Amino acid sequence: MPNDEDLIRARQRSRSRIMALLLGAFVILMFAISIAKIKAGMTH
Amino acid sequence: MTTTTATPITMPADWRDFLALTKPRVMTLVVFTGLCGMLAAPVQIAPVLAFTAILCIALGAGAAGALNQWYEADLDAKMKRTARRPLPAGRMDRQSALHFGVGLSAFSVILMGLAANLLAAGILAVSILFYVLVYTVWLKRRTPQNIVIGGAAGAFPPLIGWAAATGQVAVLPVLLFALVFLWTPPHFWALAMFMKSDYAAAGVPMLPVVAGERATRTQIGLYTIPMAIAAIAPWALGLTGAIYGLTASLATLVFAVLALGVSLRTTGAEDAMRPEKRLFAWSVLYLFIVFGALVVDRWVS
Repeated sequence: MPNDEDLIRARQRSRSRIMALLLGAFVILMFAISIAKIKAGMTH
Repeated sequence: MTTTTATPITMPADWRDFLALTKPRVMTLVVFTGLCGMLAAPVQIAPVLAFTAILCIALGAGAAGALNQWYEADLDAKMKRTARRPLPAGRMDRQSALHFGVGLSAFSVILMGLAANLLAAGILAVSILFYVLVYTVWLKRRTPQNIVIGGAAGAFPPLIGWAAATGQVAVLPVLLFALVFLWTPPHFWALAMFMKSDYAAAGVPMLPVVAGERATRTQIGLYTIPMAIAAIAPWALGLTGAIYGLTASLATLVFAVLALGVSLRTTGAEDAMRPEKRLFAWSVLYLFIVFGALVVDRWVS
């Protein structure tokens, strides 16, 4: 049976994985926003 | 001799509990009305900016939900419906919920300002602050008018969606705001009628608990009248076409009939509260139908 420390480590790992995914998505989103803003600026 | 004391290791909250803190089910309606407000605007914005604006509305609503659960953990513990939430169930500490709520609020408002415009970011900030400070902290435990005034917080999304697209506020989104604002009392009072014992146990002064069922039934009927006017007004003022007008009229008529049924009846012994449950279920569907019709109407015309 896993002890408390193993459970804590497993939970920390899953949280870190989610954080990494969210940060990656945020970087892509900011890049896409920048491109959209630049394009909008060029058309005006 | 030296003694060592073991520092207790606390279990970090699961990411799913942070997600639960944002009340994802409530968020669905908020996102939908925000999206419809944006799609009804006479301006098209880049899809990525539209997506980001809707994401910000969702994150803002989630942040407000998290702060609401942080403040109301003691109340939630007393109600069957909410006792299994992360804080009352002991799966998360209050400080984590507070940090998460404040961080997410700031993030959503700043991102909205960057992706859309300052007006949309400002209204989003006001809606979060209104829900947390005016509704949760000030009104909810003090007055049976809590959801009447607090309902404004949930009415902001169509206004934010419109403002994100156009950078302005116009008559149509204000009418949509009025519709959701006036829809909130009959919607929540119908729920409160069959969840009365839960609210009473938690000491929340909902109208059926404080003023009784008769007064609540009357108020449900009375609030349906201005709600119906707000629903038909966009068509009557020529701001929408016949698709919206006819759909909204029909959906509102069904709402009015159900509300009238609830208003006129009296609670019997061993009452299953079926008319109240029907009104509550229809009220949720009602907003989806009316806002959906608005978007279809815009696309067709």
